[in-house]
Amino acid sequence: MSALKEKLGWRKVPPGGTISEAGSSALYKTGAWRSFKPVIDKAKCTKCLICWIYCPDMAVKRVNDGVEIDYEYCKGCGICAAECPVKAIRMEEE
Amino acid sequence: MKRIGLTGDEAIAYAAKQCDVDVVSAYPITPQTIIVEKYSEYVANGEVDTEFINVESEHSALSACIGASLTGARVFTATASQGLALMHELLYIASSLRCPIVMGIANRSLSAPLNIHGDHSDMMGSRDCGWIQIFAENAQEAYDWTIQAFRLSEDPEVLLPSSVNIDGFIISHSMEGVEVLEDEAVRAFLPPRSGACAVDPRRPSTIGPVALPDYYFEFKRQQAEVMKRVPVALERVCREFNRISGRRYGKFQSYGMDGARTAIICMGSAAGTARHVAKALRGKGERVGVVKLWLYRPFPVDELVRELEGLRSVVVMDRAISFGAPFGPLCSDLIGTIHGKLPKLKVLNAIYGLGGRDITEKDVEGLYREGLRMAEAKAPMVRVKYVGVRE
Repeated sequence: MSALKEKLGWRKVPPGGTISEAGSSALYKTGAWRSFKPVIDKAKCTKCLICWIYCPDMAVKRVNDGVEIDYEYCKGCGICAAECPVKAIRMEEE
Repeated sequence: MKRIGLTGDEAIAYAAKQCDVDVVSAYPITPQTIIVEKYSEYVANGEVDTEFINVESEHSALSACIGASLTGARVFTATASQGLALMHELLYIASSLRCPIVMGIANRSLSAPLNIHGDHSDMMGSRDCGWIQIFAENAQEAYDWTIQAFRLSEDPEVLLPSSVNIDGFIISHSMEGVEVLEDEAVRAFLPPRSGACAVDPRRPSTIGPVALPDYYFEFKRQQAEVMKRVPVALERVCREFNRISGRRYGKFQSYGMDGARTAIICMGSAAGTARHVAKALRGKGERVGVVKLWLYRPFPVDELVRELEGLRSVVVMDRAISFGAPFGPLCSDLIGTIHGKLPKLKVLNAIYGLGGRDITEKDVEGLYREGLRMAEAKAPMVRVKYVGVRE
């Protein structure tokens, strides 16, 4: 995992590209891939958690009073907005 | 040691049986080989303790082999022709993930037209896949190299897959006397695979992750370097194999190179014909020799330069076409090898034997004569010709 941070040279990268620590994808922030961002209208949100279930990247986080988008990982696919039964999520251009 | 009758295919299967293979995965359909057919008999008869995984394609066969190899198992498979072509993308994954799989390949032509006979088109089509590639001349060599290939692949300094290539039908289906080792001797030579396996629930890891432009190149550069360790490891393996078998292998084998003006370089069964003709010609005072290449990848660059130093010309025999390239694949490698090192060495590239077309003593004698003519001062530096094809 340190390889991701330090930019190791070819002599030091692990053989076969095997990453010897688990959970390394958390280090890989994918939010910059987004061209549209989901924005939640808290007034409309019924906290049904449909968006939380549907998000393919676990970028919808459960918080005490409903849900929040984790913009470090959200790629802006828009599934949450499409699935929201009360249209509480709109996609805004970045 | 005892001597038994085996085809090239059976010799490889027999060797794999003695190598105590944990997993074999294969797709049993034409163009398969008798290698896995024979091996499945061993499994059915309870002669081996091997998990034999039948799959629906060669693509899946090598995929299953890769998965098994990553668990630390000793893995073997075999294929030919279209089957190897279908494995193509997995060949790269096996070498990149450093899986020491051994595969027997009965080299056959690629479609179209459909043809099931011997040439090197299949392996040459995948020659850049990062595998160690060994070519055997006969059933004895096929047997010996299979055992050595496991030791070489599993060497902790190497950890790369190997292919043991035999000419389709000419070697794969011809029966010869083969001296086989005692099971115990092979077991002592090839202890169970050791070292850490990649898949281990106690040590979670990510295998085959994505590596984008900021990292991919470093992994490939490292892989290129690992190939350079193979020749040293190969010498070690061959030296030890010599101790138990009395047979000495290496990167290539030479015949009649002492004082030779021209020599044939080739791989596989053609070497026998070349040696036979060279012997006859040398008996008549002609200065001709043979270099039979065992190790095609990694290509033994420095050793070949030393071996060819005294020659005036060399005849490079390619049993495959590299369409649109200036030479056949072996000849391209050879010219890259001698460039700047043997500037006066003339090269005749002979493309021969496609789709199982026979290469005769007369053909080979013609090549020697032409090689000797090229050694004359006025002859061109490089020529390419097709041998045994109708105009």
